[in-house]
Amino acid sequence: MIPELGHFALIVALVLAVVQGTLPLVGAHRGHAAWMAVARPAAQGQFVFTAIAFACLAWSFLVNDFSVVNVARNSFSRLPEVYRITATWGSHEGSLLLWVLMLAFWTMAVSIFSRRLPEDMVARVIGVMGLVSVGFLAFLLTTSNPFLRMVPPAAEGSDMNPLLQDWGMIIHPPMLYMGYVGFAVAFAFAIAALLSGKLDAAWARWSRPWTTVAWAFLTLGIVLGSWWAYRELGWGGWWFWDPTENASFMPWIAGTALMHSLAVTEKRGAFKAWTVLLALTAFSLSLLGTFLVRSGVLSSVHAFATDPARGAFILGFLAVVIGASLALYAWRAPKMITGGQFTWFSREALLLANNVMLLAALGAVLLGTLYPLFIDALGMGKISVGAPYFNAVFVPLMAPVLFLMGVGPLARWKQASLPDMVARLKWALAVALATGLLLPLTLDGFNAWAALGFFLAAWIALAVFEAFRDRLRHGQGRLPARLAALPRGFWGMQLAHFGLAVGIAGITVVANYETDRDVRMEVGSHTQLAGYTFTFRGTTDREGPNYHAARATIEVSRNGRQLFTLHPEKRIYNASGMAMTEASLHPNIFRDVYVALGEPLDEANDVWAVRVYHKPLINWLWLGALFLVVGGFLAASDRRYRLATARAGAEPGMAGKALGAQA
Amino acid sequence: MKRWLPLVVFLVLVGFFAKGLFLNPREVPSPYIGKPAPAFSLPLVGDPARSFSPADMKGQVWLLNVWAPWCVSCRHEHGFLMQLEQARVLPVVGLNWKDKEREAAALLARTGDPYLAVPDDVDGRVGIDYGVTGTPETFLIDRDGIVRLKHIGPIDGTVWQDKFVPKLKELGA
Amino acid sequence: MKAQILRTLTIALLALPLSAWALEAPPSAQDPEIEARMLRLSEELRCVVCQNETLAGSRAELAEDLRQEIRDQMKTGKSDPEVIEYLTARYGDFVLYRPPLKPLTWLLWFGPLLFIALAGAAWYATLRRRRRAEAPAVAEDKLREAARLLEAENGGKDKP
Repeated sequence: MIPELGHFALIVALVLAVVQGTLPLVGAHRGHAAWMAVARPAAQGQFVFTAIAFACLAWSFLVNDFSVVNVARNSFSRLPEVYRITATWGSHEGSLLLWVLMLAFWTMAVSIFSRRLPEDMVARVIGVMGLVSVGFLAFLLTTSNPFLRMVPPAAEGSDMNPLLQDWGMIIHPPMLYMGYVGFAVAFAFAIAALLSGKLDAAWARWSRPWTTVAWAFLTLGIVLGSWWAYRELGWGGWWFWDPTENASFMPWIAGTALMHSLAVTEKRGAFKAWTVLLALTAFSLSLLGTFLVRSGVLSSVHAFATDPARGAFILGFLAVVIGASLALYAWRAPKMITGGQFTWFSREALLLANNVMLLAALGAVLLGTLYPLFIDALGMGKISVGAPYFNAVFVPLMAPVLFLMGVGPLARWKQASLPDMVARLKWALAVALATGLLLPLTLDGFNAWAALGFFLAAWIALAVFEAFRDRLRHGQGRLPARLAALPRGFWGMQLAHFGLAVGIAGITVVANYETDRDVRMEVGSHTQLAGYTFTFRGTTDREGPNYHAARATIEVSRNGRQLFTLHPEKRIYNASGMAMTEASLHPNIFRDVYVALGEPLDEANDVWAVRVYHKPLINWLWLGALFLVVGGFLAASDRRYRLATARAGAEPGMAGKALGAQA
Repeated sequence: MKRWLPLVVFLVLVGFFAKGLFLNPREVPSPYIGKPAPAFSLPLVGDPARSFSPADMKGQVWLLNVWAPWCVSCRHEHGFLMQLEQARVLPVVGLNWKDKEREAAALLARTGDPYLAVPDDVDGRVGIDYGVTGTPETFLIDRDGIVRLKHIGPIDGTVWQDKFVPKLKELGA
Repeated sequence: MKAQILRTLTIALLALPLSAWALEAPPSAQDPEIEARMLRLSEELRCVVCQNETLAGSRAELAEDLRQEIRDQMKTGKSDPEVIEYLTARYGDFVLYRPPLKPLTWLLWFGPLLFIALAGAAWYATLRRRRRAEAPAVAEDKLREAARLLEAENGGKDKP
């Protein structure tokens, strides 16, 4: 009964989405207030019914209803309860339902937090989001129904993929989808602005916090995925340039560009057409990612089981949504130069440079991801493009962006003074250069990549410091009070920039100075790595809820002092028979000690291949990413946006000027 | 005009994606097409004293079918290979790939043997020489020992008609 | 049972503060130097049977066979490029995660340069236009006009 209820709720949600996607748009076009007023209740109703459908599916998983095909394929009676719930979004169907739920959630959020927006704007935004919902609900119901039953019911489920049985994977998809789908808000705002022709600074101000929040969620989602891969795949890699990763990284780059471009549009009224295009691009890339991951056109480790009918549906949907929005852009985007004049050295010019270079980097990632497909489609054979390509291409493209990051926030709008900038930043430049040149020497000899990484990390961090000093120079009162008085937008930006510096430092160190050893260990034998001594104390058998494992005990000491004990495992999952390496790690702020159990070399005597890793500063990567996320939320919560909505963008241009002048 | 550029780029991409839906990213073409099939000499399953080498097939158009007793899709393919055998279409040699459990002889005795010869590639080295990624895979080799076609996955009536028959006509076999 | 006793005995012995007694674990590879070379090389090679994994990272059986093949090739004295040639002769360029530079991949390798050139050109063109853009006073007029229109549409009801 429950699955049927869920199926029914999904159909109701589709009907409501159709209403939400039509009446308000027509109403806004004709100036029909009653039709526009349908937007909010329809959106909220759609959310309620999508949530009911989702709850029904989760329930089916929780009670092990193996008469539901999706449950039988992706769950198992002895799967722990928490994974039974998260298995809800472990499959193609379930994760798509999560996508739809997130979209409905964002739409509802817009319907609630838009009380001060003009009615026609709200109607258009919610209407556009409704149309996107229609597409996805129809996709779900026609090709990917998660509530399909099978007769007779399966006696037992075939288990969730063991790789996904990890709590990083529990929250990774919801966060990722919050980000993907969050860009739908910026997209809908852009379409609404194109439709109404009111592409002004007020529009930019409304879009900004939504974009920033979506970006923060996407960042969190990507990082959780990376953190999961690091711990779960068993050899401590954290980024592989797999098409699935690229599919989430591309909207992230576009979203990053969009956030910065929105700043210019809001504060200076410039780059409107460009900002609109970026808003369309960010969401289009989210849709494209969905297509790439679910259609099977690219081979990827994480791709969902694929089906050509699904691919064809998403492609058709993609073509309509993106095609129509780009056509609308071509037709309606403002053709005149908007906003004020600025010189080659100004905050506008620097942000523009950031934007065009981010887009070049995005283009490179897109090119590398799709190139095998291009070649194959042209019948010219099969090639692979992997990490060596992306590393070779992406790092040089990003380095200038990261350098400009230090300068941009300190530059004045309209016209900045280069000599003044040089005077202010020359000490930072000198210290950063010295760090880049000397630090690698103290570690392991000179290495150009390490030098570049250290230079950039130091440079960005020092520029953040300089930005605070600049802001606090003229203030009155005690330092804590003056710091507290700085706007959250400023804090958010600086925190995010600082987070990037921390992350770059972490990546640089772990990529260049990581060490590992692959040894044959018998009970009582030991090995040394980076000053730590690892002593193998043998393995014991352990029964997990849905697997059995060989659990090793490895004692780690330093200078004869016992520090901690690690327990890596080799698991065999009962239902699927899949073998999994469960690494064990001991983290601290300076390094991770990471141990993975390899193959048994001599089972009778408990001899194993063991791999030990020393990963210096790896946690700076996650810490830096956390700063990015917190920075994003902080910036989005700036008082200015609440004030701005309160004033309904009455004089955004002016407010922007005032702020700009003060900045 | 510049404003239409994003749409144009996007439509080109859609064209590629549409094409991509009908392609299989996992089907990798063999670099041996148009080149001589690698030589090898392996003992035969059931009669290790004798051996097989592709040179033995000079002057004939033949199939080298890479299979294994542990391979499930090979069992699906087996029926079709039996039909080929009964119709005497062309000789099929079955490279027994990585049969660590030594089950091939018993399996063929039980289910019927569609092969002219079954060379025994127990360590999989010859498979690697042929660029085999999994079973079943089938190579069509011409009279001069040149590889003309490679098919990944089981052969059935449709695959045979669409892929092999035209090539065989071309070769006049 | 025997192993059990042995294990207990070893643990007991290790508990003694005589670190000299402890066994140094040997590398699991027979030839660590070749192993390191093999791993470095297979980081850039695709495991052909897997969906999308490097040869170094894959646990598939064929991947293990191929790693063994690479070790064997290296032991016979082949250089890295020769080993790569050996593999591409059998599996094609598909195995290379770093596609070789040839006409087919020109766009792939030079595309990013093209993008950065386009980015630079776009930046320069925008700036030239901007410097010659109409006097800011006009733009400000427009902004004020826009603000006024918005105000009128809202009927001023949202004023604080």
